[in-house]
Amino acid sequence: MANGESEVGADVPAGGFVQLLTPDGERVDSVTTPDGVTYSVDFTDEEYRELYRDLVTVRRLDTEATALQRQGELGIWASLLGQEAAQVGSGRALRPQDMAFPTYREHGVLYCRGIDPIMPFGLFRGVDQGGWDPNEYKFNTYTIVIGSQTLHATGYAMGITMDGKTGGPDGEAVIAYFGDGATSQGEVNEGFVWSGVFHAPIVFFCQNNQYAISEPLERQTRIPLYRRAAGFGFPGVRIDGNDVLASFAVTRAALDHARNGQGPTLIEAYTYRMGAHTSSDDPTRYRIASEVESWKLKDPISRMRAFLTKQQVADEDFFGEVDETAGKLALDLRERVLALPDPAPVSMFDFAYPGGSPEVDAQRAQFEQYQASFGGSEH
Amino acid sequence: MAETITLGKALNHGLRRALENDPKVIIMGEDVGKLGGVFRITDGLQKDFGDDRVIDTPLAEAGIIGTAIGLAIRGYRPVCEIQFDGFVFPAYNQIVAQVAKLYYRSRGNVRLPIVIRIPFGGGIGAVEHHSESPEAYFAHTPGLKVVTCANPADAYQMIQQAIVSDDPIVFFEPKRRYWEKGAVDLDAAPDFPLHASRVVREGADVTVLAYGPMVKTALDAASAAAEDGRTLEVIDLRTLSPLDMGPVYDSVRKTGRAIVVHEAPGNLGLGAEIAARITEECFYSLEAPVLRVAGYDIPYPAARVEEEYLPDLDRVLDAVDRSFGW
Repeated sequence: MANGESEVGADVPAGGFVQLLTPDGERVDSVTTPDGVTYSVDFTDEEYRELYRDLVTVRRLDTEATALQRQGELGIWASLLGQEAAQVGSGRALRPQDMAFPTYREHGVLYCRGIDPIMPFGLFRGVDQGGWDPNEYKFNTYTIVIGSQTLHATGYAMGITMDGKTGGPDGEAVIAYFGDGATSQGEVNEGFVWSGVFHAPIVFFCQNNQYAISEPLERQTRIPLYRRAAGFGFPGVRIDGNDVLASFAVTRAALDHARNGQGPTLIEAYTYRMGAHTSSDDPTRYRIASEVESWKLKDPISRMRAFLTKQQVADEDFFGEVDETAGKLALDLRERVLALPDPAPVSMFDFAYPGGSPEVDAQRAQFEQYQASFGGSEH
Repeated sequence: MAETITLGKALNHGLRRALENDPKVIIMGEDVGKLGGVFRITDGLQKDFGDDRVIDTPLAEAGIIGTAIGLAIRGYRPVCEIQFDGFVFPAYNQIVAQVAKLYYRSRGNVRLPIVIRIPFGGGIGAVEHHSESPEAYFAHTPGLKVVTCANPADAYQMIQQAIVSDDPIVFFEPKRRYWEKGAVDLDAAPDFPLHASRVVREGADVTVLAYGPMVKTALDAASAAAEDGRTLEVIDLRTLSPLDMGPVYDSVRKTGRAIVVHEAPGNLGLGAEIAARITEECFYSLEAPVLRVAGYDIPYPAARVEEEYLPDLDRVLDAVDRSFGW
């Protein structure tokens, strides 16, 4: 593992990956990749504990959302179960001035940006389409069409360069999230081309969770995804996506690389989607239980807990308090989701055009008249 | 022997029949193999016909259609599944610039017997991009044919007819009706032309034109109107390009009134073209202008208000009232 080129084993993909915390909770001091880059972290005990808290909280909120969907309170839910380390590590690696472009599964990144976790629930409940202000939160709206956001992220990053905002620790950088399936889309490859050509300050963060709905990674690629970066002219690094420390270290380095004006990086976070693609999916149709079981042994939270325990950085009291606090947050979230108001039907005519449209205005008036024709009763 | 099956299952049987009948027929799309498609329309087909005929493709719609073009040039008959209406647009370039034009460009030397299946329309409480009705984009494109089925029997026959056809066909499937049941004779050969509209309920007072998911809505409206003493004649258009207007003109000359219903936004939708043609052909028979009941000219809204967005029985009856109030 020392040089990032480990042997093929049950826990490590061929070609290796950057791992700073093993599934057993052993710390690896540092990893130097074949490119000669050394990755490590230097956290205080308190910082380690807070990373653990993030992982537990993000999972607990996700579990609550899955329950809400099963109870009919959400139309659909895209669970991040198993991908907490990839999201918390990269999310915490962002600096305040950095901009994130998520898919529809980055609830953990959203949380780590300090955003109220209620924010995406309007979308999943069907009361809105996730209409937050990307610039206010430095976090773009969720994007559902696979891969489209990588080009948006590239354009945003080009804007940073045009604004002269790279070159130094205060520089800005962009992170674009996407999955293994998305790497097949033309738009994602165009994002790579453009970012390379324009030397854009961007980190492409691919959570390779092994499945695009039912299709395994082999349907998307013949080589490890991180190696694709070479063909586009920028570095690619694979990390153990279930290791929050590796996720933090490599993302932080890649973002700083970008903000310094040194161009893009592709990070492949090698992880596993423990749950279904969404609540509409049934993974038992296309993968075997033993595969899921084998990934449980690489769980991102249990390895962090083992590490904290071994290092005597945290004790049972702490773990209990974290669970309890996360549980309270989850129940608070539940109550607020249930209280999300249904939109007034006429509100569907809002925001069709920034400049307005006389045609839409006329249709809105007709709609109101039509609704009123039912005698004011709820139609 | 007629069986009572869902529209989705009827499509599955139709695809199975097409695979059996012609070894050149192949199915390609995202999750169509082991999973059987997110709506299970291709359920069991990969198991029975192999993964070289029912192909799980990389997640890339332009790739699905672009490679289907090459396979078709090579002599195959690809049946492509686009997972949802709102995901077709990465493939739009390939469909509009290539699929639609190659026969013309090659002076008839290249035929592209490609079927592009797209589940379309709303009403299932989905998130963005999963409820759209993009049929007009394709009907507006010369070189493509566009059809849609509304009941299990038609689903079974039309998908087979589309696959047999040498024309490139965009085949829209009314996803909210996938679970509606009806009688299907699985042994019967297709006995009704693919590109033909059909009167599905006779009436004397108003002609209601619908297709895909809105046919059931129109039929429900006709049942409700009958209680008020008005008889609606409902026509299932079935083919959106080319339109089959003969039965429509016959009906409108009889009723003097026409209402077109579709989920897609009204502006430049199928209803606009149909209204223009009726006006040109049946001007002196009309008692009222042709009316449209359509989606509003806004992006498809959040699920919690989609029922107010979608044309429903009440909006059809309201249009009937407006027609009579002219």
